[in-house]
Amino acid sequence: MIIASKKPIEEIIQEVKDYKRLLILGCNECVTVCEAGGKKEVEVLASALRMHFIKEGNEKKIDEKTLERQCDHEYLEEIRGIVDNYDAILSLACGVGVQFTAEKYHSTPLIPGVNTCFLGANEQRGMWTERCQACGSCILARTGGICPISRCAKRVMNGPCGGSSKGKCEINKELDCAWQLIVDRLRDLGRLDDYEIVAPIKDWSTERAGGPRKVVREDVQV
Amino acid sequence: MRSIRTLEELEASGELRTSSKLEKILKMGHLAVTSECGPPRGSDPKAVTEKAALIKDHVDAINTTDNQTAVTRMCSLAACIHVKQMGLEPVLQMVTRDRNRIALQSDLLGAASFNINTMLCLSGDHQSFGDCKQGQNVHDLDSMQLIQTVRRMRDEGKFLGGDDIKRPPKIFVGAAANPFADPFEIRVPRLAKKVACGAEFIQTQCIYNLDKFEEWMRRVRERGLHEKVFIMAGMTPMKSAGMAKYMKNRVPGMDVPDEVIKRIAGVPKEKQAQEGIDICVESIQRLKEVEGVSGFHIMAIEWEEKVPEIVERSGLYPRPKV
Repeated sequence: MIIASKKPIEEIIQEVKDYKRLLILGCNECVTVCEAGGKKEVEVLASALRMHFIKEGNEKKIDEKTLERQCDHEYLEEIRGIVDNYDAILSLACGVGVQFTAEKYHSTPLIPGVNTCFLGANEQRGMWTERCQACGSCILARTGGICPISRCAKRVMNGPCGGSSKGKCEINKELDCAWQLIVDRLRDLGRLDDYEIVAPIKDWSTERAGGPRKVVREDVQV
Repeated sequence: MRSIRTLEELEASGELRTSSKLEKILKMGHLAVTSECGPPRGSDPKAVTEKAALIKDHVDAINTTDNQTAVTRMCSLAACIHVKQMGLEPVLQMVTRDRNRIALQSDLLGAASFNINTMLCLSGDHQSFGDCKQGQNVHDLDSMQLIQTVRRMRDEGKFLGGDDIKRPPKIFVGAAANPFADPFEIRVPRLAKKVACGAEFIQTQCIYNLDKFEEWMRRVRERGLHEKVFIMAGMTPMKSAGMAKYMKNRVPGMDVPDEVIKRIAGVPKEKQAQEGIDICVESIQRLKEVEGVSGFHIMAIEWEEKVPEIVERSGLYPRPKV
């Protein structure tokens, strides 16, 4: 899923302070699971902002709403009837949701309330770690199911580099060396010989480098 | 005994791929000696040429490092040109951290246009170690893919994109190897990959744990890799017990045994530098006898003036004339 983290409240205050009527818009998908932008976080943020602005003598109308998804036309339509009641929307969705909402409601200012971080997994309660950079051309079949692009600091395709020490990465002793994990898994799978297959020069045109991407499925289009 | 061929015999054999002096010396069968010259954090060419002048008679070629430890410096290619203009042989170090495949291929052509004909392919330290921690890293290619790129440009005369190169770069290609990094079990397979990609010589990480290096070399010989690639043992003299401890604890992928630290720490401070040189010379003398070691890469970091003493005392002087 998409992992996001809450923006500092000071930054949010700075961005919203000039709007009188604010809608805080949560999303019930990824940001709910990673506890950055779901209904609960919308409530907490709304209370904090109300208190702050009352204290400042700058009371605002701050309402709350959480949509099933902000990356889908259908759910975004739910606020069409109320959107004109607000001077701005503070969206706690990921960058996708913020932008899609902005596209839908062209004349309403949109402010992001979270930092969108990466595609990751819930490794343990309160900790999410990166697993994928959406390069658009998956090589996991050749790397023991462990991605060197998202998990190696140098995205070395034929690793490990000389900085791998006791299973950890040179940039941070708490960070697993992706290539140590790959070698360990290949060994456990009885496929260590595969290590010596040289990974070819990668076609990066399917990732960010190729420009904004699009997936079209004509078979499911209406 | 090493069997030495004359330059005439080597030339007649048709084995030379480039005009690299390092290639000639290695293929003649001599133990080669290289050293390095870190470019300055400024634009004064004297910072390069003065270092090069200190070591010029005692080494066959001089590596110029490429923004080492990810700290911004004068570019490696410019430093190489200064070395070349002194009539010496530079080894162009290129890291994949800072440039994409367009820039790497372009710089290779630029280097070849100055008849710079030896290079070393590296991935480069992570930028978080350097002065631009907030910068991007590129890693469009990795070091192995850079080796493949240079060989393709040289041997097939083709760019990565498939087009023909007019006057392909005739460059002798090297790579680094760290016999001490983890996981140890793939350290030799990793060398095998670099050889498969086309590496012709290897300069290793600094060696202090000689036993472990010899074990690595034994495994290298077991696979016959020493007959496919010239392995140059990396040596860095320690200036002090403090440096030895720093190398052990702070430098990633470095293996400094406690005995080495004890030995340096066991002499008075003012004699520690000399002890470090002695250890370096003794290590070279021991490793000269290891089958498959084809030379030494002496990285005397900001201590270039000691290279002549190390080379002479190790019995590697005078250098062959080619």
